[in-house]
Amino acid sequence: MFDFCSDPATLDGIAWLACYLTTGKHMAFYGAFGTVLLLLAITAPTALAFGFGGAMAARSRVSPLRWLGKTYIAIVRGIPDIVFFLFFVIALDQGIEYLRHQVLCPDWDQPVRQGSDFVVCAAAKMPLGNAPQWVHESYGFALAVLTFAIVFGAFAANVLYGAMRAVPRAQVETAEAYGMSPRQTFRRITVPQMWIYALPGLGNLWMILIKATPLLFLLGVEDVVYWARDLGSAKTPRFTDYPHPDWRMWYFLALLVFYLLFTRLSELVLTRVTRRLSRGQATAGGEAMRRADLPAGPVA
Amino acid sequence: MSCWQTVQDYALRSLGIGERLLPRSDFTLCDQIVLIGSGMIWNVYFGVLALLAGFCLATLLALGKAASNPLARKSAEWFVFLFRGSPLFIQFFFGYFLFLSLKQQVPLFEPFAAASVGALVVLFLNTSAYSGEIFHGALMSVPKSDTEAAAAYGLTGWRRFRRITWPTMLRLAWPAYINEAIFLFHATTLVFLSGFPAAQQRGDGLYYAQYFADKTFNPFVPYPILAGYFILLTLCIIGLMGLVNRRLNRHLPQAAERRPRMFPQMLR
Amino acid sequence: MKLILTFAALAATTTMAFAETHSVVRMGTEGAYPPYNFLDDSGEVAGFEREVGDEACARAGLTCEWVTTDWDSIIPNLTSGNYDTIIAGMSITDEREEVIDFTQNYFPPAASAYAAMAEDADIENGVVAAQANTIQAGHVAESGAALLEFATYDETVAALRSGEADAVFADKDALAPTVEASGGELMFVGDDVPLGDGIGIGLRESDTELREQFDVAIASMKEDGTLNELIVKWFGEDADTFE
Repeated sequence: MFDFCSDPATLDGIAWLACYLTTGKHMAFYGAFGTVLLLLAITAPTALAFGFGGAMAARSRVSPLRWLGKTYIAIVRGIPDIVFFLFFVIALDQGIEYLRHQVLCPDWDQPVRQGSDFVVCAAAKMPLGNAPQWVHESYGFALAVLTFAIVFGAFAANVLYGAMRAVPRAQVETAEAYGMSPRQTFRRITVPQMWIYALPGLGNLWMILIKATPLLFLLGVEDVVYWARDLGSAKTPRFTDYPHPDWRMWYFLALLVFYLLFTRLSELVLTRVTRRLSRGQATAGGEAMRRADLPAGPVA
Repeated sequence: MSCWQTVQDYALRSLGIGERLLPRSDFTLCDQIVLIGSGMIWNVYFGVLALLAGFCLATLLALGKAASNPLARKSAEWFVFLFRGSPLFIQFFFGYFLFLSLKQQVPLFEPFAAASVGALVVLFLNTSAYSGEIFHGALMSVPKSDTEAAAAYGLTGWRRFRRITWPTMLRLAWPAYINEAIFLFHATTLVFLSGFPAAQQRGDGLYYAQYFADKTFNPFVPYPILAGYFILLTLCIIGLMGLVNRRLNRHLPQAAERRPRMFPQMLR
Repeated sequence: MKLILTFAALAATTTMAFAETHSVVRMGTEGAYPPYNFLDDSGEVAGFEREVGDEACARAGLTCEWVTTDWDSIIPNLTSGNYDTIIAGMSITDEREEVIDFTQNYFPPAASAYAAMAEDADIENGVVAAQANTIQAGHVAESGAALLEFATYDETVAALRSGEADAVFADKDALAPTVEASGGELMFVGDDVPLGDGIGIGLRESDTELREQFDVAIASMKEDGTLNELIVKWFGEDADTFE
């Protein structure tokens, strides 16, 4: 990084630290924070979509669909996320390849399972075997996002399901009185009105999601925890220019500060959004705002 | 080896009772179910004790957050912020690290470096913070009329809190608290995965599931078994906590019908 | 740990398909077991196995790419095709032979050793730390000592330093640099224990052709002494070499 870093053994103090903190490995560590943020940014809407689908299914009038929705919510929520992460990614991965295999290689005459090997035709590999490394990494990242979204989608489905039921009955009835079809009522009244009821639950879910990201390493993504562990462990001079004792505590302290700041920031934003959404709503929060906005005058 | 034999050898293996060596070859489904089930003892142990102890501290934290004394309020707020704002994974790391260094200074802390005590403390503090937040929310929503009515009957101070405020707070908080309990039991799987080492191959359900996944090189059997155990455990928690919920609501009209929803609004 | 998620072409059945799919061979390693494999300051895979692997790939005319993965899931990810080889200081054992294939060893059967903070550490009945799911952990479990398992090698050493464990039992070549760098704080105790049949490259059982290629490459490296040179370079003059 810096010119004076060519021979770290001669450095000490600030200069040494400056060189140490700018090694390629540290750059990867800093980049991993970006990975975490990116994952959160993509997972949140995806999980919301899964949640929306799950909630719609759970309140569907078609029984099998309803059972499907409710089972999805109950099962995924009943299993610890860690357990899910440990086998689900490989299962997902093999499932995708198996489907591609069925479509792309109908003439394949060998079994897909050969002993402990999982063998599909070359064209069915995801990504293709010759794809460059970044494609493999992006695919891995996408699988991680999908797994997170499925797990947190179940939680979101539960929240949205409750929120849809919380929309005041009178509002729905009014829509019906105006002659709206159930579909129109759902789209024009229930969905726009449910957010204020869903927000506390979704806000909590967002916080849980943030705090679940240290488990990303279980999904094969080189995340902040992976690098913090590697960088922090004691280093002998033979294998690095920057030997140091066990410094994991400092790296984890950095992670701690990162997460505390991030959750605090989220909390502040969520409070503001709640205020914004409460405006004009028939809830305690909305009522309080309405009163505050009334012009001061003789109290009736 | 018959399955009954396996049960005798391994049902209490996670506590160090029974066969010393884990199965090393020819893993049967029975082996996996028994040993993973044995590990679940630890998950239940951590969950139950942390929940019970956490319940007490959570009540104190809720009162602390609502206190007018700035010292009590600030310290409760910071405690909750610290434990709710950071991942449990990192809390375990620091917990283990802290207990190790304490152990070197004060011999009294010797047992804290082992998972059975150290991890329990971390889980206890963690769940206290989450439950404290839930209880605080409920405390703030205790209807004013309830306390006013209590005052009209001449109930004040401790007696009013004990007989009126506290039960009402619990009743309001309970649905969210059931969720917290479920999350806590799920979180016990992190104990041996990060931070605390497994001594003598005594670990929790996840530890043995990982053992089998590594030995059989097939993750698709042990993890679903573990998942099954957890679904059962979750159902038990919902059932037991539901009983408490009925008791808390028994004075209300239609108390009998007001069963908690399977997965009430989540508040973690 | 790009692990699970990455794929490489699997078992090609015909030579033609082979050339197509295996033009890139993905080498899976752990990246946390110096001097066998570790991440250097720039975050690249380095170490003895990196050089052996690159040389073998060059001799076999293969393009190789290095990926790191978690030790715990290193075999399931191989069998489900996320990379094509395991080259991660993995000892050849009967247990592993049942699920995957190994090339001939590229490192002679190595001794495992105990390291401790004091000469008189109790390695027979005390607490011994080892990396989970290694042959060393299996050995300690069968000895009278109390086994304390950690996910990585680094953590086992950290446990020894903190007094949590009386000794660490690990591959002697991994321990040697640690002991050396400790400046007398750590020392070897007890006798060395020979475990395993040496270290080989792990491959899927269905991937016979790739195994042949690596086998030939390793044999030729043994023959012309390249392999021994690398062993001496990374493990010192005293290391066991091939005859």
